[in-house]
Amino acid sequence: MNDLVKDWSSDVSTFKIRWSKAMMWIFLISDTFIFGTFLISYMAIRLTVVDSWPDTSQVFALHVGGTDVPLLLIAIMTFILISSSGTMAIAVNAANKKDKRKTGIFMLLTVLGGIAFVSMQAFEWTKLIVDEGIRPWGNDFGAQQFGSFFFMITGFHGLHVLIGVIYLSIVSKRVLAGRYDGIDDYQIVEVAGLYWHFVDLVWVFIFAFFYLW
Amino acid sequence: MQDAELNQTFYEGQTIHHPKSWLTKYVFSQDHKTVAIQYFSLSLLTGVVGVILSMVMRLQLGFPGLFDISPDTYYQSITMHGMIMVIYLLTAILLGGFGNFLIPLMLGARDMAFPFVNMMSVHFYALSVILLFASYLVPGGPTGAGWTLYPPQVLLPGTPGYDWGIVMMILSVAVFIIAFTMGGLNYVTTVLQSRARGMTLMRMPLVIWCIFLATVIGLLAFPALLVAGIMLLLDRLIGSSFFMPDIFQFGQHVTNVFGTEYEGGSPLLFQHLFWFFGHPEVYIVALPMFGIVSELISCHARKNIFGYKMMVWALIAITAVSFIVWAHHMFVAGMNPVLGFFFATTTLIIAIPTAIKVYNWVLTLWKADIHMTVPMYYAVGFIFTFIIGGLGGLFLGNVSVDVELSDTYFVVGHFHVVMGISPILALCGGVHHWFPLITGRTMNNFLGKIHFWGTFAGAYLIYIPMHYLGLGGVLRRYYDFKGLAYVSDSLHDMNVFITLASIVVGLIQFLFLFNIVWSYFKGKKVEKNPWKATTLEWQTTTMPPGHGNWPNKLPTVHRGPYDYSVPGASEDYIPQNVPLEAETEGGSSHE
Repeated sequence: MNDLVKDWSSDVSTFKIRWSKAMMWIFLISDTFIFGTFLISYMAIRLTVVDSWPDTSQVFALHVGGTDVPLLLIAIMTFILISSSGTMAIAVNAANKKDKRKTGIFMLLTVLGGIAFVSMQAFEWTKLIVDEGIRPWGNDFGAQQFGSFFFMITGFHGLHVLIGVIYLSIVSKRVLAGRYDGIDDYQIVEVAGLYWHFVDLVWVFIFAFFYLW
Repeated sequence: MQDAELNQTFYEGQTIHHPKSWLTKYVFSQDHKTVAIQYFSLSLLTGVVGVILSMVMRLQLGFPGLFDISPDTYYQSITMHGMIMVIYLLTAILLGGFGNFLIPLMLGARDMAFPFVNMMSVHFYALSVILLFASYLVPGGPTGAGWTLYPPQVLLPGTPGYDWGIVMMILSVAVFIIAFTMGGLNYVTTVLQSRARGMTLMRMPLVIWCIFLATVIGLLAFPALLVAGIMLLLDRLIGSSFFMPDIFQFGQHVTNVFGTEYEGGSPLLFQHLFWFFGHPEVYIVALPMFGIVSELISCHARKNIFGYKMMVWALIAITAVSFIVWAHHMFVAGMNPVLGFFFATTTLIIAIPTAIKVYNWVLTLWKADIHMTVPMYYAVGFIFTFIIGGLGGLFLGNVSVDVELSDTYFVVGHFHVVMGISPILALCGGVHHWFPLITGRTMNNFLGKIHFWGTFAGAYLIYIPMHYLGLGGVLRRYYDFKGLAYVSDSLHDMNVFITLASIVVGLIQFLFLFNIVWSYFKGKKVEKNPWKATTLEWQTTTMPPGHGNWPNKLPTVHRGPYDYSVPGASEDYIPQNVPLEAETEGGSSHE
């Protein structure tokens, strides 16, 4: 313990990593508090509303082949987003080996996964708004806070995915264009990867607390 | 972003490009010192508006009806005064101003870790101030729900600015949070990752510790305010009912913008979210002023700070505990009484590390070679004021006493002593202390002493009577007290007295601003390091330090920050960058 304190309080830098990586970590901790507050507010309201909370497996069911399959769409979305974390990890690995082409390709695959996720979310929103008639101020299934929390939390997360898509596209374009060759530094890929893994991790919590509960 | 880091490593001994044009030098400057001065000036100007708004309130309270101040104006003034002072003045000036100026200089860095993000931070701050004042231009004017913005009141017709003022307020606060996050990431990264050689964490000056921890608190607490703001904005704009319960006004179910009824929301949730930000915010303001006062006391009493390590751990303890005390603002809000017991306990516990700090300041002064300079006046005045404020806090922290005193002028008096006068004293002391570093001139001592005594004595004339009003049961946020039998004539007279005192004290604050401007042009020119201070910011080759702070090599640190009056040394101070063997014996470095 004493040695740990000594290591951390040594001179010049506390953590032996690049500044950009340190900043991304600190930002993500701050962002964790945003999502944490969203989810805690949701739980608090869900426990205190008088009206019954809608049955999520019914609301989020997809009508396929004559039967309602609960949570089908959301399962696919979750699968795609988690897989995009995998391709991102491969990209970071390739970046560490200075494999420019492989890094760029797997980052673009990650971007594709992100775009697929956001498009499916748009489809989900359209279905819920147009077909099911769910509005922030009310719905046919139960407590009206269901709709408002759903749109707010998934919307805020979707915004993060969208920003991540733009962020990763810019970085992958620069990687492929060889911008980071000169300074011999691909750590920017790892920093972008941190952000992307964070967005995926947050989704796991949203999925667990909003769809499965 | 990358460039700055490369600079730090590679350009020792090389020349750097200095900005030439007016625009890149003063508006789009990425130099942390310019950014700091932009923060200073903008937040002080905003603070002037805050002072004027407090005058509006005091005139109404002291002389009801005499000045034709409408209830709407009164409530809007309350709201704007609170918001401006807490967020746009104190948070901005202590972290954006002092933080930006001192962190790189005191740590021996060229600049902040991300100068471009730093520049964006001050521009976003400017935007948030513009949005804040733009709320005077929207229909209905700014919101009048008080700075806590409690729903459901804030969205109910009848509250000033319930339709558009609140939207502008939330937008402005959101932009401020973005600005703070950009600045805050910079401060934390810089403190953690870009210190000079030899500058271990336990050799950092206390003010850097304080600003660092305050920023950490801010980065973790502002998200709660952002989320609460977003949810409130959605309640207002898209008709959700996060915070709006079933509520009836004039026999009508209150409806949202789409004409459907609000139902089932939890106003208590907003209070929890708001105070999860709101209480740590007190420490965002308090910690930097602790730090400034530590510097002033050690330097002007020519003595090593008593118990440096204890000070640091006390700060860390305050940071941790500050996140679990928030609901002491909500004892009368209708939450479970068991929670009240928990939060009263934690509230009293946080007094322990705070008291440790106060004792250490006093013990630093004990038998020290005290120079009664103007910064020392402010520092000692701060200790007095802060102790008084802290004692008031003991009353309010206990549930049984707080239930009586909640929402009375006792609370107003208490937090103005802690959050109003104490920061002003610390801040002015800090400005007096570091003014030579920024401009190469000293501030006028005579004006400084007038301002100090006026503020210090005036604070007691204003806020001690307020405590008394509160004990007499006078409630805050009342437009006037006509026809209230229990508010006796003597209490009315006391209100008149407070108003007169606060006008005088308010005018004296302009003396301080005048002193800054006058000294900038006409102040006495001074040599380098006029206070004979040990910390790095005074050891640059030129004063004020140039772009890049250190022209060639970055300094190397060999000792702790407070080597004053070291026995056997030739002078009564040894700067941090003097090697240990350079002076004869008895260096008292900390590690």
